[in-house]
Amino acid sequence: MTRLKEPHPHSGLLIVVEGIDGSGKTTQAHLLKSWLESRGEAVFFTEWNSSELVKKATRAGKKSATLTPLTFSLMHATDFADRHLYQIVPPLKAGMIVIADRYAYTAFARDEARGVHPEWVRNMYSFATRPDVALYFRVTTDVALERLSSARAKIKYYEAGMDMRLSTDIAESFRIFQSRVVGHYDALCNEYGLTTIDATRTIPEQQAIVRDIVLARLRERRRGGAA
Amino acid sequence: MKTISFHGAAPEYLTGIPMAGRLIVVEGTDGVGRSTHVVNLRQWLEVSGHAVVETGWTRSKLVGRTIDKAKSGHMLSPLTYTLLYACDFADRLEKEIIPALRAGYVVLADRYIYTALARCSVRGMETEWLARLFSFAPVPDLVLYLRLDAPALARRVLLSSGIDYWEAGKDMFPQMDIYDSFVAYQSRILEQFDAMCQERSFQPVDARKPIELVQDELRSAVARLLRE
Repeated sequence: MTRLKEPHPHSGLLIVVEGIDGSGKTTQAHLLKSWLESRGEAVFFTEWNSSELVKKATRAGKKSATLTPLTFSLMHATDFADRHLYQIVPPLKAGMIVIADRYAYTAFARDEARGVHPEWVRNMYSFATRPDVALYFRVTTDVALERLSSARAKIKYYEAGMDMRLSTDIAESFRIFQSRVVGHYDALCNEYGLTTIDATRTIPEQQAIVRDIVLARLRERRRGGAA
Repeated sequence: MKTISFHGAAPEYLTGIPMAGRLIVVEGTDGVGRSTHVVNLRQWLEVSGHAVVETGWTRSKLVGRTIDKAKSGHMLSPLTYTLLYACDFADRLEKEIIPALRAGYVVLADRYIYTALARCSVRGMETEWLARLFSFAPVPDLVLYLRLDAPALARRVLLSSGIDYWEAGKDMFPQMDIYDSFVAYQSRILEQFDAMCQERSFQPVDARKPIELVQDELRSAVARLLRE
């Protein structure tokens, strides 16, 4: 299985947004969705860690802090596989636009930062459909931390990498752990050709760039004769 | 002291852990009498002074119930079925198997990754992909493979609990009746196990013999290993 490296045969379009927590990728994904819908496109939105199959078990594991890097990795892969089967491939076959908030790259970056074998994770996700557009919203951990602390009360345990025992201070742990994740994301941009977007710019500025990229891709698809 | 050795790519934080105990696997198809033999082996080992930890397929705290629930519905694809098995095994590996091996226990595994390799492979998953996925599993010291042909298995299962949907592989042969489906499915599983038995040097045990003789054979293999 090497689907993640080959163009998919479906008539739909797969758009992926990536970035660390606090990068603003979800906001950008929602703005993109509204815009595409206003243009009359059928859009399907799917987010990381949301499948009914393992949502409860993952939540329980996170709550009791009993997930290890290995089980954390496997649970997220199971979630992704289930959504890939029910939420990603069918809309792509139906010619719809699928927007995925986080994709296999999240697993590659995070799991490697937790010490899971990089080749092993890549093998596990090799069934994943290759995105037509993959956007990486890049911020420094300081900016992300500032956004997160202004938006909500508490940084989550695994998000901060507290399971890695890097620091007892949650903000400090977040800084160290997410810096490693950013390092892995940067390498992934080369390996998988993700498009980096400077996520320290204003929301409208970023959205304008995103829309340009997607529009170019939609035109290309129309010229290609697909639905 | 030697360290735990893995089939392949284990996470970096699991490498270099001392191996003070022994990992013994009992494999075989549904209905071959595995669980009975594991219970008897355990009693015998404890009487001879060995501390034993038992671990059983899909009994993890993390996803044991999720798997039961998913199997009772129709939401599983071969891919999610495989990945849930891997979640279950990983959880038991880190919470039960590795701590026990480190502490010098004899770990008795009722089924191991070979069950997943066989079941998922007959459901169409790529062999190479599967082997890599489960490569974080430690290499057992001994794999005892209880073997019985499919019609004999069917008679045993019918006399105990009756054939269920998954044992019959009904997801693979929906058009067949339950008996034919059981025999077709278990024969394919047997082919997988037989091939692995060769490649991975399992110790085959003929399960047609009376239960006491089979148990004796298992005990002498275990005793040999523990004397080493």
